[in-house]
Amino acid sequence: MIAIEFILAGMLAAATPFLLAALGELVAERSGVLNLGVEGMMALGAAIAFITVYTGGGHVPAFIAGGICAMILSLFFAFATIGLHANQVATGLAVGILGLGLSAYFGKPFESFTVTGIDKIAILGLAELPLVGGLFNQDIVVWLSLLFTVALWYVLTRTKLGLLLKAVGENPHAAESIGYPVRLIRVGAVAFGGFMAGVAGAYASTVYTPLWADGMIAGRGWIAVALVVFGTWMVGRVFLGALLFGAVSLGGIAVQTVGLAIPSQLLTSLPYIVTIVVLGIISSNKRLLRLNGIASLGEPFEK
Amino acid sequence: MSEPLLSLRGVTKIYGQVHANSGVDLDVEPGAIHAILGENGAGKSTLMKLIYGVETPDEGDIYWRGERFEVTSPAAARKLGVGMVFQHFSLFETLTVVENVSLLVPGSKRELISRIKQLGTKFGLEVDPLAHVHALSVGERQRVEIIRCLLADPKLLILDEPTSVLPPQSVELLFDTLRRLAATGVSILFISHKLEEIRSICTHATILRCGKVTGNVTPKDFDANQLATMMIGRDMPDLAPAKEVEKGPLLLDVAHVSLPTDDPFGVSLEDVSLEVRGGEILGIAGVSGNGQSELAAVISGETMLPRAADGRLSMMGSDVRGIGPAARRKLGFAFVPEDRLGQGAVPQLSLTKNSILTAHSKGMVTRGMIHGSRATEFTRTCIANNDVRTSGASAEAGSLSGGNLQKFIIGRELMLEPKLLFLNQPTWGVDIGAAIAIRKRLIELRNAGCAILVISEELEELFELSDHMQVLHDGRLSGRFKTSETEPKDIGRAMIGAEEAAQ
Repeated sequence: MIAIEFILAGMLAAATPFLLAALGELVAERSGVLNLGVEGMMALGAAIAFITVYTGGGHVPAFIAGGICAMILSLFFAFATIGLHANQVATGLAVGILGLGLSAYFGKPFESFTVTGIDKIAILGLAELPLVGGLFNQDIVVWLSLLFTVALWYVLTRTKLGLLLKAVGENPHAAESIGYPVRLIRVGAVAFGGFMAGVAGAYASTVYTPLWADGMIAGRGWIAVALVVFGTWMVGRVFLGALLFGAVSLGGIAVQTVGLAIPSQLLTSLPYIVTIVVLGIISSNKRLLRLNGIASLGEPFEK
Repeated sequence: MSEPLLSLRGVTKIYGQVHANSGVDLDVEPGAIHAILGENGAGKSTLMKLIYGVETPDEGDIYWRGERFEVTSPAAARKLGVGMVFQHFSLFETLTVVENVSLLVPGSKRELISRIKQLGTKFGLEVDPLAHVHALSVGERQRVEIIRCLLADPKLLILDEPTSVLPPQSVELLFDTLRRLAATGVSILFISHKLEEIRSICTHATILRCGKVTGNVTPKDFDANQLATMMIGRDMPDLAPAKEVEKGPLLLDVAHVSLPTDDPFGVSLEDVSLEVRGGEILGIAGVSGNGQSELAAVISGETMLPRAADGRLSMMGSDVRGIGPAARRKLGFAFVPEDRLGQGAVPQLSLTKNSILTAHSKGMVTRGMIHGSRATEFTRTCIANNDVRTSGASAEAGSLSGGNLQKFIIGRELMLEPKLLFLNQPTWGVDIGAAIAIRKRLIELRNAGCAILVISEELEELFELSDHMQVLHDGRLSGRFKTSETEPKDIGRAMIGAEEAAQ
């Protein structure tokens, strides 16, 4: 019982870094660009945001600074892949590693320091409910992330901008021939993805676990990339996937507190095992992938 | 004479060593249906790209209503009032018709839906605005492209080979639409290499050969032969169908084969039956996207039918269900795929290495080691026997023109002395000279007793080549037509499935 209450209360916050990074990557991939540097961009965003809060900058500037630094990193990636037609996978990996290195460099003087997180906002009436009450007592970033998810879903499915993004991802040559600036749209999508990864990292280092430790992103960026495929490039499914991972990552801790004799290493690897299994199941549904998949994903666009 | 809507003066475009267009002059009058006539590689598409702003000319000027304009991008061209319907459509398959339209035309979804319907009735371009494009037939997709252009209210509409994807009946429908459009004052640039079509619909024609204008004529004043002479620079060769030869044994036997697909953009094959004997050419007609690629994959072995599948699939008398392409080739099967660059040949490899890919059994490989000299010799023979224009056996496959590469690939397969040869779109995008050479080779091969199966979208080609024809429509294959006793319109009816509807 306590374990379930614990998971329900914490899973939204645990899911937020996955969710924000994955939604950013979803936008980039919808335009046809596969950016595998999410992990590094998150780490850089996390380091910069932590330093900003620690040096007294406050949380709002910290999120913005983290987002912008990660966005700048993503623009390097955009320049190489969209401007120079470099291979997206290799460039993404390289930029990711660069981001991890930069985060370690900037974060070095702050290793193991902590900052104060932010207060939670409870929804009156609901937060007092037994068992599920914790679900309605979350920090402002979680609430904003939920609003952002709905807004992004609206933009992608109900507006011309969303349609355009999908069109560019499906057939960049056709989009160019009817007069749209394909490269510019792709750069914009990648930059947005970078900003979101930075914000996701900022949340992880200044709110969710408000401390700096090198390597603290710990693979969450990779899971975000997997989540996009897992969610077949649809906002709603990516949201559900992020929730699942949030819950699974807490499940490990919950099981330990209950005192089951399962090695903790096995429990912490749970999210990754779940990733592989779910990706395997999704990939077996060819119809779903074909209808929602991004036809030009990963391919350089040359006239 | 009224002032021309569009004028080109001395337009030149050079790619590397090739003058794709040199010194082209062109005048398009308002309300004219103006043909740009020329064979593959004559520079028609390049010229259209210059007008539509995809490319910019190296020399020369473009005038719009008498004023000089630099058309630097498709967006700029569209602003002037130029619309273009591409041969390979620029539609987005995962979007609906109205979504595709809304990317180009401002307005709310509801407004656009009613405008699409209005236009559909006015010009005979009916299509469901809420349908997904991937679910539409090729003819319907073309309608969507045209509608999308028309909604932007163009003054000039460019159509690149618009009839190459249509069955004969739909061609008439399209021509009706174009005449109605021209009557409203829209100028139409009609790119084609089909002479009869141009004579029936176009009011003007500009003929291109090797990037140069060789004639400005009123097409109705000339017969097809005269136009052809202007187009290819010599008389049209005689294309009478070859005499039948004696039939040999049954070499390809497909009976009641069905293959459901789970690809939402694919086509399921249903109860397909066909047979080809030695000394016979069987042609498969049909509008593309009706199961051609699926049928081709089943016959080539890229899609393997399970051993226990219903029906029959045998080559040279042996059952090939559950048997892959390599084993089929050992039986004496050879295959020329539709996609020359990627499936038929590896563009980055030399011709010699491309020979090894399918002809390795001709003594080129022993114990896994390649005999370079034998492969080179084979390639040289292939180049010489098939009139392949190239710098030599070590040239990269990708550097050859479409026609020359196709001659090489077909030549390579012929040197394997197949008992059964299967070709998918053998002369697609190949210039007339090469196409005729290829057809001649195929007929020679048939006369020598080979069984040949050809899938083609070009009806004329099938009428020239084949002894019998069958038509693929929506994954089903029609009965056999004997070519010498069949009219194109009979085939056309089967192409749009009218036979089934009549029953």
